[in-house]
Amino acid sequence: MSVVEVDRLVRDFTVREPVPGRRLRRRARQVRAVDGLTFTVGPGEAVGYIGANGAGKSTTIKMLAGILVPTSGTVRTCGTDPVRARRRLARRIGVVFGQRSQLWWDLPLAESYDILAAIHRLEPARARRRRAELVEELELGGFLATPVRQLSLGQRMRAEVAAALLHEPELVVLDEPTIGLDVLSKQRLREFLVHERGSRGTTLLLTTHDMGDVERLCERVLVVDHGRLAYDGSLSGLAATVAAERVLVVDLAEPVAPLQVPGTRHLGSEGDGVRQHLAFDPTRTTAAAVLAQVQRAAEVRDLSVAEPDIEDVVRRLWSRSR
Amino acid sequence: MAETTWRADLTAYRAVLGSRVRAQASYRTSFATDLATAFLVGVVELAETWVVFSQVDVLGGLSFAAVLLVFGLSNICFATADLVVGHLDRLPRYIQAGTIDVFYLRPQPLLAQLVTSEISLRRLTRIGVGVIALVWGLSVNDVPDPARAAAVVALSLVFGTVVFAAQFVTAAGCQFWLVNGAELTNSFTYGSSYAASQPASVFGTVLKLTFGYLVPAAFVGYLPTLVVLGLPGPSLLPAWLAWCLPLAALWSCLVAGLVWRAGVRHYQGAGG
Repeated sequence: MSVVEVDRLVRDFTVREPVPGRRLRRRARQVRAVDGLTFTVGPGEAVGYIGANGAGKSTTIKMLAGILVPTSGTVRTCGTDPVRARRRLARRIGVVFGQRSQLWWDLPLAESYDILAAIHRLEPARARRRRAELVEELELGGFLATPVRQLSLGQRMRAEVAAALLHEPELVVLDEPTIGLDVLSKQRLREFLVHERGSRGTTLLLTTHDMGDVERLCERVLVVDHGRLAYDGSLSGLAATVAAERVLVVDLAEPVAPLQVPGTRHLGSEGDGVRQHLAFDPTRTTAAAVLAQVQRAAEVRDLSVAEPDIEDVVRRLWSRSR
Repeated sequence: MAETTWRADLTAYRAVLGSRVRAQASYRTSFATDLATAFLVGVVELAETWVVFSQVDVLGGLSFAAVLLVFGLSNICFATADLVVGHLDRLPRYIQAGTIDVFYLRPQPLLAQLVTSEISLRRLTRIGVGVIALVWGLSVNDVPDPARAAAVVALSLVFGTVVFAAQFVTAAGCQFWLVNGAELTNSFTYGSSYAASQPASVFGTVLKLTFGYLVPAAFVGYLPTLVVLGLPGPSLLPAWLAWCLPLAALWSCLVAGLVWRAGVRHYQGAGG
């Protein structure tokens, strides 16, 4: 049985906007945020749900969680109608909204977990065990007594994930979980999610702007554009379709002729070859392997890796399909 | 089974409320200032009534001593309702910031969560002002039938609070459409509280019908006061109507329930 089943899902919003030239008149306009989506997610799958801003990602998630009613089409989450069975469903899914806290901002973090355990009616022994597990794996121990408003973004995000997973949900939906996090915090969070999924068979659905998230967490990608499904398949398949390359930028000790590294494309040089841009396919090689090869040819002073831009991926995907 | 679920839910609500109380009490100075301010506001409103009566002896057939009872009853009921559900007027902020979605992700009814999401203890002193006015009023008035007076006061305190609480819920339900209409709906809740603290006999027919029946504010303070004092009451609002307060409360709850449900549906259908 599927964990998520979406069939010809449509969602319209009414937007009121001023009429040009007439100050007090407002005109209602229908905007279609989700336009005929059909897909299913099976148990234990990890799916990246990507698309540009305003593509309809959050709207879809809200319909999956029973917050919004579809205009037409159907949604079933964990085998139930999410709007009708909202309360029962809330015990079976965990949702992290990157921008909306589920924690009590003026209380110590530990108290938020006590309250959430009571809200989800967890048995005290089970709640304690689960909390200890999450505290250890997400490294929350150092700030359990700190009021939530004083946590750093990275700490708070990990705390939010623990809050959404406290009741051991079957389906975890993460909306931009790594937005604004530093490299180390991102890494920790991703490792945790991989482990959680491996040990419990949790189904993951995440929306993100970060191709790194998708690469490390998801084996399947759904690309949505203007409310429509533009791609459904593996990440390597997506990379093959639109060449979602990462770019290694190296600063060298001295000017060098354009580097020829197997498995990469030389995009360009700056300062007579002091800075060089090399594009590579992350499904075929790694930044480290490319770097090692560069170092054989020249001394590297500094480097950065640019992730493929989601907007760019979607644009290329779209232009191909026409 | 049903009982254990019910009890488990209570534990959840108590956990949230307990945390709210602790959070407020932990900022002692600010908490004390809040309490004092709320008390002063109540005293000023009482003084306002006194100023009116320093110009006239009788207003709407009631003396100052009698109006103390109206003021006391309506203030206790309103402040108690305000304490328990008054923070529902934060709903527009939750909707605008999108934090309302977080409530949807928890396995409890939305309204129950919002009601138990906060408790403003500073409103306690406001109840204190009402109690002072009520006790003062009972001691200076001539009460012909103490047993009947006690019964109608008890009835007023319980169901009057329900009437005001229902009005807060109704106002909050409207917020799902208005979003920026907190001022408008506040004028409705606070306006009816003001209406309830006046002798309804001074109103014209339209206001009498509005605050007597549509928004049953007169049932809370004015009608019970008539019963306490053994007065007959004006046309359209006879004193015996005071005993129908539970019906008025039921009517208020019905309206509140319908408006709230429609509001939630509207949000799910149009908001986000």
